[in-house]
Amino acid sequence: MKKLAFIAFVVFLFFLFYSAYEMRDFGNPPSNVRETFPDAKYKVTMDDRIIGKYNTTTGEWEYGAVEETGANNVVTSVVFDYRGYDTLGEATVLFTAIAGIMLLFGREKK
Amino acid sequence: MKNEEMNEGKMTVIVQTIAALLFPLALIFSFYVIMHGHLTPGGGFQGGAIGASAVVLLIVAYGVKHVEEKMTEGGFSVFESLGGLIFVVVAIFGLFLATSFLANFLVNEPIFGKIPGWGQAPLNSGGILPILNIAVGMKVIGGLSAVVLILALISREGEEK
Repeated sequence: MKKLAFIAFVVFLFFLFYSAYEMRDFGNPPSNVRETFPDAKYKVTMDDRIIGKYNTTTGEWEYGAVEETGANNVVTSVVFDYRGYDTLGEATVLFTAIAGIMLLFGREKK
Repeated sequence: MKNEEMNEGKMTVIVQTIAALLFPLALIFSFYVIMHGHLTPGGGFQGGAIGASAVVLLIVAYGVKHVEEKMTEGGFSVFESLGGLIFVVVAIFGLFLATSFLANFLVNEPIFGKIPGWGQAPLNSGGILPILNIAVGMKVIGGLSAVVLILALISREGEEK
């Protein structure tokens, strides 16, 4: 069992370092996607589509999500704008959990 | 002396003083994380968890009986429901004023909808995102605080019996 755990650890460590090696530089705008995929106009990863937008008329990558939602933090614009339903569902889960706990353990009003 | 204090669910004076010092700082940090959710890492959930941990700090240091006199779980529950109501009402406004449910109808509008340029981080940007962040922060602060308070009260009553 310990051997198996060690082998799994090594395999995951390899994937971790490989993905860290393949990652683009921190804070780099996604305009370098054009250099990485010179002929791929639409086949880009998801965050490239959200952060950078390919303008078909000028052929340039634009600063997409910031202009669409006006938020600097693109993660927030995904969580609250592009995937707002998901956040509403999360808030509903929280509400349901609290309603259940108040129902189970709540005391009578004095 | 020490046993009596432990029986009342309190901790020592040192811990109480440090908790009283840290409580406003933790609340301020929580409000900062919520208000800057659309500019810096963080947001409603994270800031709400920080604010709830401030309440947990008070409960751990001063005991449930003392905290219960100042704030009740019913008030926290009302606060949480108010946050959920704000979220849904803002989302429905998007349905009527713009295209769809949860549409960002305030972006490009005069007050909230400023679009930041390169290197800028204005607080009044993001359209409805700051409002939704505040709503979710209210939900998480109220909800987690209510849960922790009521569970601490229940376990306290179980010890006394």
